[in-house]
Amino acid sequence: MFNMEKRDKKLLIIIAVLALLAPFALNPFPTDSAMAQFNAGYPDLMQRFVIFGIFAIGFNILFGLTGYLSFGHAAFLGVGSYSAVWMFKLLSMNVVPAIFLSVIVAGLFSLVVGYISLRRSGIYFSILTLALAEMSFRLAYSVLTPITNGETGLQVYTNDPQILMGPDSPTVTHLFGLEMRSSYTLDIAGWSFDFAVGYYLSAIIMVAAFYLSIRIFRSPFGLMLRAVKSNQQRMNYTGLNTRPYALAAFVISGMYAGLAGGLLASMDPLAGAERMQWTASGEVVLMTILGGAGTLIGPIVGAGFIKYFENIFSKINNSVLHEWFGFLPDGLENGVIWVLEHFVGSGWHLTLGLLFMLIVTFLPGGLVEGGQRIAKRLRRKGADDDDAPGNKTPAE
Amino acid sequence: MNILEVKNINKRFGGLQALDNVNLNVVENTVHAIIGPNGAGKSTLLNVLVGKLIPDTGSVMFDGQSVLGRAPYEINQMGISRVFQTPEIFGDLSVLENMMIPCFAKRDGSFELNAMPPISGQKDIIERAEHMLEDMNMADKRHMHAAAMSRGDKRRLEIGMCLSQEPRLLLLDEPTAGMARADTNNTIDLLKQIKEERDITIAIIEHDMHVVFSLAERITVLAQGTPLVEDTPENIKGHPKVREAYLGETAV
Ligand SMILES: Nc1ncnc2c1ncn2[C@@H]1O[C@H](COP(=O)(O)OP(=O)(O)OP(=O)(O)O)[C@@H](O)[C@H]1O
Ligand SMILES: [Mg+2]
Repeated sequence: MFNMEKRDKKLLIIIAVLALLAPFALNPFPTDSAMAQFNAGYPDLMQRFVIFGIFAIGFNILFGLTGYLSFGHAAFLGVGSYSAVWMFKLLSMNVVPAIFLSVIVAGLFSLVVGYISLRRSGIYFSILTLALAEMSFRLAYSVLTPITNGETGLQVYTNDPQILMGPDSPTVTHLFGLEMRSSYTLDIAGWSFDFAVGYYLSAIIMVAAFYLSIRIFRSPFGLMLRAVKSNQQRMNYTGLNTRPYALAAFVISGMYAGLAGGLLASMDPLAGAERMQWTASGEVVLMTILGGAGTLIGPIVGAGFIKYFENIFSKINNSVLHEWFGFLPDGLENGVIWVLEHFVGSGWHLTLGLLFMLIVTFLPGGLVEGGQRIAKRLRRKGADDDDAPGNKTPAE
Repeated sequence: MNILEVKNINKRFGGLQALDNVNLNVVENTVHAIIGPNGAGKSTLLNVLVGKLIPDTGSVMFDGQSVLGRAPYEINQMGISRVFQTPEIFGDLSVLENMMIPCFAKRDGSFELNAMPPISGQKDIIERAEHMLEDMNMADKRHMHAAAMSRGDKRRLEIGMCLSQEPRLLLLDEPTAGMARADTNNTIDLLKQIKEERDITIAIIEHDMHVVFSLAERITVLAQGTPLVEDTPENIKGHPKVREAYLGETAV
């Protein structure tokens, strides 16, 4: 039906089902159990999972396929957010024009940035993207304040034009009347599950974005992008112009970033320049590498992993630790907590850094490679038990 | 008719005159060998022909059109394909994918945003690539990682990739270096066969005299950046200047 190989279709279905059932899957612990703080099934966080998933899927089309490592992609996400909020200010709170414009503007902006930075390759390319993104970040705080509203951030005010607003149009972001923040809560025994409109809109768009990326990976264009990564010299002497291929990949990934930015603003109609900062650009690099650059599913896994850490690990504070280790003798308890407190709460970056080091060292293919190794081992074990010949198809 | 006319090419690298007033004509549909000792400037000459190097002076005409100043991909699209001295292939891709890329370049030109249809649906390209692999005796390696092959196999793959473009002028820089004797002979046979089947001009740089004398119709001897003589293989074999400058050396 979707013009896809069986294996890819399976992957798409798995992602779609996971996205659909995320409100259950991410809330495995009863609401008032001690483990409830590890639940991630609240709409705000789930939205982040899928929106940053979109960002990373797009980034992977550039970095994973062509090998060009951009350190400025957060600029496109930021531009997407600003464009979306402007649509809310000028038209109405409907998210459709907002998301549409965020993709277009980010695409145009990435065309300019890509055109300039793709004149160089390797580290010089990375530095150029970093410099251009930092420049946009600085401009957003200075010269461009009429557009960006500077440090306050761009937001919607009651005296904005909003020319498409009817007398009873919703005053919060909505999809043709369906409010993003509205949700339905299902209570079963001790569990509580939230189903929010905003999350499901983001999740559907993420699944569509993932489907598009599979198509690109398996197309002749995708093959050319992998050729760019492998040997540009051979490409040039084979009659292929590498520049427009790399530029097209750059713009596509910029549009994915803009889409993610537009969705962030659609969930919460506020855009600040900090979204464009280099740390945000670095984060999407981490997500892609951690999950597995160049693999289809890696970026989604990486985005989920990092956002989970950022939101869950950072909430474990001293009093939580005291609760956990209260059973230890006082001196020992304080000792253990003194060590651990550096790794949780605001120290979550340290844990993430350590994990990143471990993964990059021992699993160069990222978490996806880890998953494949485990799957292979299990399969081999199963085959040994059955005394059947091992499955020889290479895992991908 | 000359398909390639090289006139008064000079190229200097710092204090080294790598090409010293080179003139060379290659007649259409012939095999023209360029021989000469190490460092004679043979690869440098090819670099000028494919747009990798800009010469200090001179002109290069291919089929009546100037080549100089064009980008390598444009020169290739004009009909010149090159096999490099050290194999240039797509190491990260499979052998079949390697072979498909020049087929796409031939069919779709230098750039095509063909991002939605799956490769598995490109029957004409797959068929062509598979066919070429069979011609190269490499069909059994089609799913291999190209980087994992031996140097000789990489070279054969590269030759096949260039041939699949059906170039009008094929430039070969020591195509049999690193190949086993059997593969060298296969390559000679393949080139002879291609030559019989279709119109193609081949310029070949080679140190292996067996290969040179089995294929070449004309031979140019290059030494220290200057063409010494150009003649038929029979005359070259007995030429005293050549024995001195080149053949004598290899006979030692
Ligand atoms: N890009 C370059 N920069 C500086 N010097 C160069 C460059 N390319 C080639 N040379 C020099 O020019 C001379 C000719 O080199 P070239 O590679 O053309 O020789 P060749 O005839 O192909 O030799 P071989 O048989 O060893 O391949 C050599 O002395 C080489 O060191
Ligand atoms: Mg050479």
